[in-house]
Amino acid sequence: MLRVDHLKKTYGEGDAAVEAIGDLSFEVGENEFVCVVGPSGCGKTTLLKCMSGLLPPTAGTVELHGTRIDGPPEKMALVFQEYSRSLFPWMTVRQNVAFPLRRKKLDKARARELVENAVESVDLTGFLDRYPWELSGGMQQRVAIARALAYQPEILLMDEPFASVDAQTRADLEDLILAVRREYGVTVVFVTHDIDESVYLGDRIMVLTPSPTAVQQALDVDLPQPRDQVETKELPEFARLRAHVYRSIKRRQGAAEPEMAEATGGG
Amino acid sequence: MTKRTKLLGLGLEILVPLAAVGVLAIWTSQQDSYYYPPLGDVLSTFNDTWLFERVGSDLIPSLERMAVGFVIAVVAGVSFGLLLGRSRRARIAATPIIEFLRAIPPPALLPFAILVMGVGSGMKIFIIAVVCVWPVLLNTIDGASSLDLTLEDTTRAYSISKRDRLLRVVLPAAGPQIFAGIRLAVSLALILMVISEMVASTNGIGYFILQSQRTFAISEMWSGILLLGILGYALNMVFVMIERRVLRWHRGAHASVLS
Repeated sequence: MLRVDHLKKTYGEGDAAVEAIGDLSFEVGENEFVCVVGPSGCGKTTLLKCMSGLLPPTAGTVELHGTRIDGPPEKMALVFQEYSRSLFPWMTVRQNVAFPLRRKKLDKARARELVENAVESVDLTGFLDRYPWELSGGMQQRVAIARALAYQPEILLMDEPFASVDAQTRADLEDLILAVRREYGVTVVFVTHDIDESVYLGDRIMVLTPSPTAVQQALDVDLPQPRDQVETKELPEFARLRAHVYRSIKRRQGAAEPEMAEATGGG
Repeated sequence: MTKRTKLLGLGLEILVPLAAVGVLAIWTSQQDSYYYPPLGDVLSTFNDTWLFERVGSDLIPSLERMAVGFVIAVVAGVSFGLLLGRSRRARIAATPIIEFLRAIPPPALLPFAILVMGVGSGMKIFIIAVVCVWPVLLNTIDGASSLDLTLEDTTRAYSISKRDRLLRVVLPAAGPQIFAGIRLAVSLALILMVISEMVASTNGIGYFILQSQRTFAISEMWSGILLLGILGYALNMVFVMIERRVLRWHRGAHASVLS
């Protein structure tokens, strides 16, 4: 459903130009959970911004259902890493989740239902009328997820969403996102730098090279569903995939020029 | 803060001003000078004048001018500030003009205003509005142009309408800066009200103070000054309270980041 075709993104011009994304092509299928993993500074955030229409690519295209993306599509929702800066602090949880729906001109009861269902899916029903800053980091990120779900996207893009919460919360959020993905039947593109996370969550993993970014390797994850924090991670296949992705990133990183590895395009 | 230090703080907050008033009362009662009447005289004059004989004739007209000028300034400052804050080009084009107009000392506009508008309320409202608009405008521009990038991306990713983006995202996000400008504007409004009434008026607190001085009614003059002090203090308190209510989220969010 989502197709990235020879995507290229360069920041700046002339001698000062930094090539964040070199040449990137891949596809995401209906209902797929694709994890995008790569070394830090490899242009993952840039990729996500190009995919969501927030940044125009220098060359190449991103298509959703065959339509070229040149601005944020209606059927796509985004979850950012910085939950505390992506939620509106002057709005309650309910208002935050309902805010993007205003444009959809739904009738009141329907909008209310969408908001309450989404908030229930992330287990925050008791906090509807609280403000984001009254909640813990993990809860704030759940609000951001609820906002994305209430928007009824076909595809959900997540930019290192669990990178700034503690380990236990992170495990809970990973299971939560798998559960809501099943419940809402939504396609997910999940950017992370955490290899374990990518193997645990993904149906497929795209390993990226350091910038200028290209796809180094795409591999299918054949772990049984539903995944379980203990049992799945005990499986030999999990260990094998994890090691495989790890080596793949390390090998490439070791081979790359040091300044290439440091060249940033964000995230 | 422990209970004890809190109590001590409260005690100081009340006792020190009381002591200052006491010292002033004693000092003025020892004075032979005509210009420093005893505090008791000033207070009884205050009682006779402002409770409530001249409320309708001087206090209300003053407050009215101030309020109208101030509201015009806030509405204009916030509206134009939001628009200029959202457009880099408009900002670049407007900044030199704004900086120039802002640099003109406000009382310098009085002769012009009197010439064109006479000595009525309209002239005073104009002066107050023209002066108060700058801090509100500049602070609003500053707040509206520095929206957090993640919030900006969020509103774009969810295709928030232009109107909602301006009124429900940019405006509240700029709230803390806007309020800082508004509080500056409040004190400016008070100053300009007094000055404009002293230069040309037939009523108002500023007029009353000057008239009292000219007729050697020194206690009356001091009672007017006292009233202005009380007024300024009360207005500031009111705005601090409004700000606390409106920007509750800001203090909450700030506290949660620090913790």
